[in-house]
Amino acid sequence: MASYGGDVLVNYIWLGMLVFSILVAGAQGNIELVTKAAFEGADIAVKISLSLIAIMTFWLGIIKLAEAAGLIKTLARLVQPVTAFLFPSIPKDHPALGAIIMNLSANILGLANAATPMGLIAMREMQKLNRKPDTASEAMCTFLALNTSCLTLIPTTIIGIRLMYDSQDATAIVGTTIFATACGMTVAIIVDRTLRQVYRWRAGQHG
Amino acid sequence: MVELINEMSRWAIPLILLVVPLVAFMKKVLVYETFVKGAEAGFATAIQTIPFLVAMLVAINIFRESGAMQLMIACLSPVFDHIGFPVEVLPHAIMRPLSGGAALGIATDLIEHHGPDSFIGNLVSTMQGSSDTTFYILTLYFGAVGIHKYRYAVANGLCADLTTLAASLFIVHALFK
Repeated sequence: MASYGGDVLVNYIWLGMLVFSILVAGAQGNIELVTKAAFEGADIAVKISLSLIAIMTFWLGIIKLAEAAGLIKTLARLVQPVTAFLFPSIPKDHPALGAIIMNLSANILGLANAATPMGLIAMREMQKLNRKPDTASEAMCTFLALNTSCLTLIPTTIIGIRLMYDSQDATAIVGTTIFATACGMTVAIIVDRTLRQVYRWRAGQHG
Repeated sequence: MVELINEMSRWAIPLILLVVPLVAFMKKVLVYETFVKGAEAGFATAIQTIPFLVAMLVAINIFRESGAMQLMIACLSPVFDHIGFPVEVLPHAIMRPLSGGAALGIATDLIEHHGPDSFIGNLVSTMQGSSDTTFYILTLYFGAVGIHKYRYAVANGLCADLTTLAASLFIVHALFK
């Protein structure tokens, strides 16, 4: 199968981090740090996954109820103008749209314990529409572009830290944060649209 | 505005827990059984993320602990210094897409040493608040559905991160310097 620069980028970054780090550690005589860091990293990863069991189970239960009650469909219909623009490939009554909106709302309100599970639920729903189950769909790429460019309106964590160190104006950075986020998100949406077209064109070229 | 959003955040989840089961009950849904049935998939979804997260976090942790990150910062410092970006904040800029906890640690440290209302304090606060842990999110979200071909998602995430960084520097320069 043909692969292109963007497709394999994560492989290069991953390999690059490992090779570069191990060479640096070796050259500086700190090679034992690599072993320790590797197992520590694996340990953190498993702990994160395990901690997801609780909130995933909880939110999947709630979402199933909301779906059975027809609330997800109602929600999806309410936000249809926005989602039709961002996610043209998802049918307008699909539960994926409801989960996407709940994820984005939880992000905006800074509810980390709801945002991540809702995001994973949205991914599950989008995967049901995905024709190539090992490859990211267009809708997923758009969704992740929105998520990685961060939608938080009020950065509560950092405001808390500023207050801890006696800031005279702890919320002074709310405006600058919203400005920076808005710039990032605008670029993310534009790049997403552009790359989507490029990839469609390439797919056409290669059959 | 800030108070209003904080208040909404406090009420959001309790309200969902009240409204969703009530509406479901009124629509004659067997609420308890339906909840349990949906929740069944929670374990599998969470466990499925393990190989993806292990792969990514091992690489990131080695990069952080081996001295490679410090070397990269030393190499990039002159370039960033040239464009008016304070070199002290560079570790945060590099760590932000890789590790949320590490970036927050760096931000806290900078705020402690330079003061929250200093230029550096305001800049790192804005950078922390306006961006997210891109690699962690990509790994986790794709991992949960077993996708390993990310297509253009990584390139786009990095583009957005660079834009947010540039925008933070621009706006904090404009307002606080």
